[in-house]
Amino acid sequence: MHLVQQILFILLGGTAIYLFTKKVGSIRRNIMLGRDEQINDRPSERWRNVLLQALGQKKMFKRPVPALLHFAVYAGFIIINIEILEIFLDGILGKHRLFAPLIGGLYPILIGCFEILAVLVLVSCAIFLVRRNILKVRRLNMKELNGWPREDANLILITEIVLMSLFLTMNTADLVLQSRHYEHYTVTSIFWISGNFTSLFSGLSDTTLVGIERICWWLHIVGVFAFLNYLPYSKHLHILLAFPNAYFTRLEPQGEMDNMEAIQKEVLYMMRPELAPAAGAEQPAHQRFGAKDVMDLSWKNLMDAYSCTECGRCTASCPANITGKKLSPRKIMMDTRDRLEEVGKNIDKNKSFVDDGKSLVHDYITVEELRACTTCQACVEACPVGIEPLSIINELRRYLIMEESNAPQEWNLMSGNIENNMAPWKFSPDDRDAWALEMSGS
Amino acid sequence: MMIKSMAEYAANGEQPEVLFWVGCAGSFDQRAQKITKAFATILDKVGVKFAILGKEEMCNGDPARRSGNEFLFQMMAYNNIQTLNGYGIKKIVTACPHCFNILKNEYPALGGEYEVIHHTTFLQQLINEGRIRLKEGGSFKGKKITYHDSCYLGRGNGIYEAPREVLQALDVELVEMKRCRTNGMCCGAGGAQMFKEEEPGTTRVNFERSAEALDTGANIIAANCPFCTTMLTDGVKNKEKEDEVKVMDIAEMIAASLAE
Ligand code: SF4
Ligand code: SF4
Repeated sequence: MHLVQQILFILLGGTAIYLFTKKVGSIRRNIMLGRDEQINDRPSERWRNVLLQALGQKKMFKRPVPALLHFAVYAGFIIINIEILEIFLDGILGKHRLFAPLIGGLYPILIGCFEILAVLVLVSCAIFLVRRNILKVRRLNMKELNGWPREDANLILITEIVLMSLFLTMNTADLVLQSRHYEHYTVTSIFWISGNFTSLFSGLSDTTLVGIERICWWLHIVGVFAFLNYLPYSKHLHILLAFPNAYFTRLEPQGEMDNMEAIQKEVLYMMRPELAPAAGAEQPAHQRFGAKDVMDLSWKNLMDAYSCTECGRCTASCPANITGKKLSPRKIMMDTRDRLEEVGKNIDKNKSFVDDGKSLVHDYITVEELRACTTCQACVEACPVGIEPLSIINELRRYLIMEESNAPQEWNLMSGNIENNMAPWKFSPDDRDAWALEMSGS
Repeated sequence: MMIKSMAEYAANGEQPEVLFWVGCAGSFDQRAQKITKAFATILDKVGVKFAILGKEEMCNGDPARRSGNEFLFQMMAYNNIQTLNGYGIKKIVTACPHCFNILKNEYPALGGEYEVIHHTTFLQQLINEGRIRLKEGGSFKGKKITYHDSCYLGRGNGIYEAPREVLQALDVELVEMKRCRTNGMCCGAGGAQMFKEEEPGTTRVNFERSAEALDTGANIIAANCPFCTTMLTDGVKNKEKEDEVKVMDIAEMIAASLAE
């Protein structure tokens, strides 16, 4: 019996890990479809961001209530993984509570702590479900979340609750078996939480209890394996990607826009032709100006898209969205990820990307959305995982103007004025210092 | 009062203490010209030797770049940097956060490296150094005032305290809006929105922000940007509150409070 369980466990674990690794590989490939961008300066500041923003969730604490609940779930998630390690080793080695004899008196304390965390996770997830579905917090109930994103969020909360309940039920059954000195159920002292519930099970027979304990054990670990493979398809990928994303997050002032060196050079050669490379010399291949599709964005933009938790903090602070415009920075991130996944599938099927007549601009993100951005950086500031929706918006806008000449008439006038009058309005450049002359006259 | 251009300084073989970068709004927009004049008055009164570029100044390229027109931005930047470097400019002060951001953060990559200061920071320094002396019991003393963080000074460059300290120096009662500092809400002008109609929505960005400012019950909305000033003034008018509530640049408030 033991051996069967052991073999089954190893097969299951192996498959889960194999599938997960494969999916991670394809996500990595998709991210690498983006344009190259060197991000490796100032490593100490970057590690600081990993510590403060990813590990410490600094930006979450702008809203303390969800921050504390989220922290409980997250701390629970990380720490309970130590328990999963034991479960994993037990499964492979066909043992039961492998660590108990090794650490003796410490063991029930450790499990007690895990149990407390499990309860915290359970309660927090329940509150999160209420916030989403009953209180209907605005940013969690916008129409861009209809369908899969909303199910995704609820599913994971329910799964967490189920996993935690299984863990606690398993321990309760285990404790009753221990008290009966049944077979290999190593005697430990009482666990802090499950210890209070043993009376519920005391009337059950040994076999039933073993059945309950085993079923919970299996469901729990199967649930964990399933969770692992669910992650890459879900907004919960941020559990992993928040860390590299914090490392690579922008260190320059938020107001600074990326320079386009290709255009800088073109303008320089136009102004000073003597500096231009001689005709016939190696010309670099023309790269599209700005971004039409995901491949034109930088790999960091694409990693941002996979790291997005769909929390909507960006959208809740976006002045365009607040005033009823179509723009939603969260949707920009979700669209980028959806399109990237589509491009990835296209590559899986055809070996390399075959034009499908679609692109990120127009098919996913409309011109109307892009136009409404005031470049206020509220979205960048709000994002707890260091995502920059504005960077994607800027690149798409560059494409619209420079490749499609797609601008509202007023912007064409503005550009014309800048070019001819050196100011965005139609004033004579000669009047630029009129105010100073007036002052000098007085 | 004589305002000298860089060309005049150069002709005399002199260097000013600082170049005052006026910007397009400050040069041409009637409302913003008042801010420009107020700031120039302060500089003159406290004896800061400053120059302007005058007719040689051009749009810094911000609205072009943010609308997506990188070519036009690069052309403006090239010309401005030529002019600035030609005069050997080291230090620039500007009363516009968009000019400030571009000159400080975006020109260095193109060969234009200067010490750039926003006028609110400059005013704070002048007050701290005792060069600006304020009237005892000036007209803003005890007045309820709210301060609007512009995006490019606040979030864009992390400057939240200097303007507030200048206001404190005027002994005002500073009341904050619900969305302030890092959470401050845009006035709606940035990203070249100033130059086009807004997309359809439920309200305008400047109406929303002005309503929030009016909710504080302040008599004056203090701003640090000519575009914010225009946007908020329009918002206040929309609520028909222009008689009770004024939108003022911090420089205008200081200029009105200088000791004789
Ligand atoms: S930068 Fe653009 S998208 Fe981001 S919050 Fe501001 S207006 Fe919205
Ligand atoms: S971009 Fe950031 S703030 Fe916006 S939904 Fe995604 S994780 Fe949340």
